[in-house]
Amino acid sequence: MGRPVAIIGVGQTYHGRRMDVSYPELVREAVMAVFKDTGLTPDDIDGVVSGTMPSMMEGIALTHFYFADAMQAVGKPIMKTETCGSTGVSIAQTAYYWVSSGAADLVLAVGHEKMNEGNSQATMTTVAEPFYQRYFISGAPGVFSMQSQMWTARYGIPEEKTRDAAAFISVTHHDDAFDNPYAHIKLKVSMEDVKNSRIITYPVRLLDVCPNSDGACAVIFASEKMVKKLKKKPAWVRGVGYRGEEYFFGDSDKVVWEAAIQAAQQAYDQAGIRNPRKELDVAEVYNPFTFQEMLFYECFGFCELGESPDLVLKGTFTRKGELPCDPSGGTLCTNPIGATGLIRVAEAALQVTGKAGAHQIPGAKLALAHAMGGVDQFNGIMILGSEL
Amino acid sequence: MTKEFRTVKTEIRLPYELAYGETWTRFFDGMQEKKIYGNTCPKCNRVLVPARAFCPRCFVDMDKWVEVSQEGTLIAWSYTNYKYYGMPTEPPFIGALIRLDGTDVNFLHLLGGIDLSNFEEVRKIVKNGMKLKAVWSDDRKAHIMDIKYFKPV
Repeated sequence: MGRPVAIIGVGQTYHGRRMDVSYPELVREAVMAVFKDTGLTPDDIDGVVSGTMPSMMEGIALTHFYFADAMQAVGKPIMKTETCGSTGVSIAQTAYYWVSSGAADLVLAVGHEKMNEGNSQATMTTVAEPFYQRYFISGAPGVFSMQSQMWTARYGIPEEKTRDAAAFISVTHHDDAFDNPYAHIKLKVSMEDVKNSRIITYPVRLLDVCPNSDGACAVIFASEKMVKKLKKKPAWVRGVGYRGEEYFFGDSDKVVWEAAIQAAQQAYDQAGIRNPRKELDVAEVYNPFTFQEMLFYECFGFCELGESPDLVLKGTFTRKGELPCDPSGGTLCTNPIGATGLIRVAEAALQVTGKAGAHQIPGAKLALAHAMGGVDQFNGIMILGSEL
Repeated sequence: MTKEFRTVKTEIRLPYELAYGETWTRFFDGMQEKKIYGNTCPKCNRVLVPARAFCPRCFVDMDKWVEVSQEGTLIAWSYTNYKYYGMPTEPPFIGALIRLDGTDVNFLHLLGGIDLSNFEEVRKIVKNGMKLKAVWSDDRKAHIMDIKYFKPV
């Protein structure tokens, strides 16, 4: 790792259906919020990194041009990244590397999406080429329902237990979202509601799936010098990891998910983490689907392979459990895709600086943030700590 | 009651002509002749299907062509019954990962030849591990949909 880097401020919009603002106005809302949080002004910023889903979602290419004014990026180094779901973590890591390398002291990272303005599933299908794979990949739910089935079949997890664990995750995250002022879906649901909700792609049901949200998130990354100068409470970046899978969907194992395993391992090695369940205080795991959250627990070493439904049902990953996961309600309750990964990073920063408010995990010092993208190819991790 | 703001409806349509190149061309020529072609990596010896110009893992050229079996085992499936704009396949359909006999990767295609209208009935029939067989279209266009679907044996 290069120079030490910390997050010194975060800003989020209220997420939901935001037809009350045009897209640049939505972006500006998050940017204004992070400047308010830090007391900085655009003049202080050395460079700007932003990102969205694939541009087919926006219907407008080069959004860093469209949002240059809203991000006050004119006259500064600027870069866009789009890796679908993992965009937010890609943005965070790019900003991190700019500061870590010494290229900048203060970098503004902005993620944004207006899911209600385009067609997310049609956009996702364009990630697959039209020679072969596009005809069979029915957006994200199709891919991830195959994955959940392979997972339960591999470890012989009974269907009823999987359904119970998935429903448990849905119920607890929907409850958690009530304590997050920015969350989109605030809905009281029961185990029975989840288990009886409409099938989207078997075994994935409506209440197992994230919503389409509009929203933006902005985060400022700072060098150690600026942390000392500005006297801000820092969330230090302790480790980063990012991996991609092979292109052809049928070539790689969906259950022992190498991109997720290796991205986490890279970040753990940098942070000196040996036993993540014990050492991490909180995790913001990218969870657009309840089943997938359990798979990530296993790939990130929070438990053994095939063991997660048992631990979920014991409450290991609830806010009062051994390793609270997604106390913000997570992606399951709020998913403006280009912002979602950066929201995970921002939430992790809030947790380790004690600023998470009603969903604060008491005394949290070490947090993991994660996002997944591509169709299923990309996984990115950032670990934040209250100490360097 | 919040105020309703105006919106604008817009659409982008762009034409593309994408080159298949030599390997995909030969693969799709095979489709037209009711043959599924894969090829073998000279380094890791895996049989990949569809045939590839190079091994994604070993990064070496693939030159040993093999006609692979039209039968295989169901590895995973996904029953899709929702529609989005421009969807290339008409729902309801079952996307399936199939391990064709003698190959080393999963082939992505449709599972069909059964009544798909009632999901509860589908669920009784479709099981991971079941044997499937390719069903060909009579009107073949050197395209991946020259195989209509894979049906239970």
